[in-house]
Amino acid sequence: MRDLIVIGAGPAGLAAAEEASRNGLKDILLIERDDYLGGILNQCIHNGFGLHHFKEELTGPEYASRFIDQLEGTGINVMTGCMVIDIDEDRTVTYVSKEHGLVSEQAKAIILSMGCRERTRGAIGIPGTRPAGVLTAGAAQRYVNIDGFMVGKRVVILGSGDIGLIMARRLTLEGAEVLACVEVMPYSSGLQRNISQCLNDFGIPLYLSHTVTEIRGENRVEQVVVQEVGPDRKPVPGTEMVYDCDTLLLSVGLIPENELTREAGIKIDPRTKGAVVSDDMQTSLDGVFACGNVLQVHDLVDNVTAESLRAGKAAAEYVLSGKKRGEVHSVVTKGAATYAVPQKIRCDAEGNVTMSFRVNRTIRKGTISLSGKDKTFISIKRSDMTPGEMQQLIVPMKLVGNIEPQEFVLDVEEVTE
Amino acid sequence: MAKVAIIGCGVVGAAVAYKLSRYDADIVIVEAENDIADGTTKANSAIIHAGYDPEPGTLMARLNVEGVKQALEISKKLDVPYKRIGSYVLAFSEEDCRTIEKLLSNSVANGVEGCEILSGDEVRKREPNISEEVIAALWAPTAGIINPWEYCIAMAETAVRNGADLKLNSRVESIDKAEKGYVLHTSSGDIEADYVVNAAGTFADKIHNMVAEPVFRTVHSKGEYYIFDKEEGTRVGAVIFQCPSKVGKGVLVAPTVEGNLILGPNAVDCDGDDLSVTAEGLEFIRKAAARSVPNVNYSNAIRNFTGVRANTDKSDFIIGVAAEDFIDLAGIKSPGLSSAPAIADEALKLLEGEGLKLNEKAEYVDSRKKVRFRDMNREEREELIKSNPSYGKVVCRCETVTEGEILDAIHSPIPARTLDGVKRRCSSGMGRCQGGFCGPRIVELLAREYGVSEADIEKDKTGSYILCGETKEEKC
Repeated sequence: MRDLIVIGAGPAGLAAAEEASRNGLKDILLIERDDYLGGILNQCIHNGFGLHHFKEELTGPEYASRFIDQLEGTGINVMTGCMVIDIDEDRTVTYVSKEHGLVSEQAKAIILSMGCRERTRGAIGIPGTRPAGVLTAGAAQRYVNIDGFMVGKRVVILGSGDIGLIMARRLTLEGAEVLACVEVMPYSSGLQRNISQCLNDFGIPLYLSHTVTEIRGENRVEQVVVQEVGPDRKPVPGTEMVYDCDTLLLSVGLIPENELTREAGIKIDPRTKGAVVSDDMQTSLDGVFACGNVLQVHDLVDNVTAESLRAGKAAAEYVLSGKKRGEVHSVVTKGAATYAVPQKIRCDAEGNVTMSFRVNRTIRKGTISLSGKDKTFISIKRSDMTPGEMQQLIVPMKLVGNIEPQEFVLDVEEVTE
Repeated sequence: MAKVAIIGCGVVGAAVAYKLSRYDADIVIVEAENDIADGTTKANSAIIHAGYDPEPGTLMARLNVEGVKQALEISKKLDVPYKRIGSYVLAFSEEDCRTIEKLLSNSVANGVEGCEILSGDEVRKREPNISEEVIAALWAPTAGIINPWEYCIAMAETAVRNGADLKLNSRVESIDKAEKGYVLHTSSGDIEADYVVNAAGTFADKIHNMVAEPVFRTVHSKGEYYIFDKEEGTRVGAVIFQCPSKVGKGVLVAPTVEGNLILGPNAVDCDGDDLSVTAEGLEFIRKAAARSVPNVNYSNAIRNFTGVRANTDKSDFIIGVAAEDFIDLAGIKSPGLSSAPAIADEALKLLEGEGLKLNEKAEYVDSRKKVRFRDMNREEREELIKSNPSYGKVVCRCETVTEGEILDAIHSPIPARTLDGVKRRCSSGMGRCQGGFCGPRIVELLAREYGVSEADIEKDKTGSYILCGETKEEKC
């Protein structure tokens, strides 16, 4: 039996496997479905990665290669071109590859780090014809940056997610004309620095509270119709703008890729669409941990790394100590907080617990608090919180103390002057 | 040997080619598009109807019931996914109850077996997600779900393996009468044939009018649909209809044979083959479907599409001799998919009537077997990968389609040349990510196998280019 099987060798899986190795696990298997390690970072050739973790600015492939280089000497077994097709409740992992055929292996612990996928046209039901030239920003990024092909000459981008913003700049630099970026919400879901560096610097207009209401063109996109939306997000008649273009890029959200997780019977949080975990990143299934975008969609790879280091360390402790998780507190959200990860905190957790959450609107001045049944453990002020940027709250467990299992409330309130 | 030209390779044309290909005839299938099954056949409800809908005595009634019987046999022989899961027609009012009584009596007259009327409570016991408002339903156990384009491809492939010649990208522009038979002038050149079968779907009136006086015309009517992730696929276990009206069988809720959920269609008159989806149409479907099954989760929607019915100004199928040696199979609206093999039998009889001699060949192919990795058990998978390692590489992760299956599609008797052509042959890209992940990889495989640039690979029909050239290339 393996000590640990890590599924997915993007930034999450790489960091988790290496941290588990550093914490004493010997027999680790790292499985990657692609032919190379690093996951989606390989197609993210822009810079801006690593400012927190490495205190320097790296490109995606550079960030990945730091971790890939560290694999050497760890004894971690790596399999590429290998797809996990099933996880059993007894932690048996079944995978297939050209090289090894169909194999099942049991592990003392599993780390889920499969990442996420992009929402598509079908998920948001854009009316119109169904020509070629409508594709997700990530697929376009792969065509341009990995395969070396252009996806279009005149481009409209729907959604202001980070990949869409990055591709606005990339396609412009490659000679395409990016006509507009259109966002249905009154705020962008991308990072402020990307709006500034990828749209503003290139004079690409961002239309907030607008959406694409029709795609036209028989075989290839010929036009898209953009309309303003009201507070109910319904198109406002009379506001139509028609763009002559050959491409519509979609950057309309990411969904954690949890099919394996679900099939294994692991509890999923409907808000994050990732597993429900305790502060040690352990899911509802004993010995199965989750980290990175398969757990919750992150904005920054540095946060993925930090979360994955916690998962790797916890998995090692789980295997080496043989200690099962004890009683837990549960965390619910209130006010502007839309979710909280972890959803459970172990009663005997020590040190600091990092709570991640998002807010449902832009909050200029607010308070963040975490309370138990009859005590507020922590309450801080924070300004300029936006839905596009993940928030974190560090909770020193000594403030919580040794109390009976109970419901904690993470509350984010706007302060009005 | 007499030569028979079949115009159109949708499910009707394919069924005619398949049936004819066991006889000593020289068959040429003339298809306007760059792939088969590319019109109404690929965009419909994917239902094999039991046969209680059509008025007794019509062609539709007889051929539907006969087609259902044949679907079971053909799908088994040619390895086409088909499941008899039964259907309900829901009644919400006294008037609806009278309608389902009428359908029940139709079923008896049409020879449909096993239909019965159930109480609302009985229906909910069997289908817990059905609305509380339902007071009764007609149950038809022989209704089924099928993969419609694969049904077509399987029959066309078998015909090709039996020697039929398929001419793609050959739109018939005009037809001349020859001394014996006809000359079809197509966009790719002239084709001579002794006999012609018009199976041109929504274009059948245009083809008819090339050789005979107009007697019918196509009335384009589009239907829009939703497809859902497999997470919604068990919302219902049978095909759920509402009472039919003049415009169609109403909005249905059904599992697909791949395990997804399908909702739709509406019925809107349209101009030509208008395949666009509209906000109003989708809203109509959501409201109508909610009457039957109120708790469908729309955050699991993965796709919308539109199909155009081959309706005409006639109420029945139009099957007959249009001119000497020229057979019309026109107005094949619903239940056309269900009736296709029986329509083909009619075509063969009519051809015989026109003088075609049907001598059975000494040898012909009548079977087909496909590799479907996701449907295999452990031992079968192990064996398969051992025999060919390319089945060990999963390319489409949502639908678990392997590289081996994609290569099979590219090298099949009617080879896939486009991204959607591959999809229609092995279900790649049909899942929740809609090809976001596997699309670029399949484009790469297509380019490799055909020895062309990835920029030359199209999504579907001619002109649906995916890439416009290499990066840093001036012409882009």
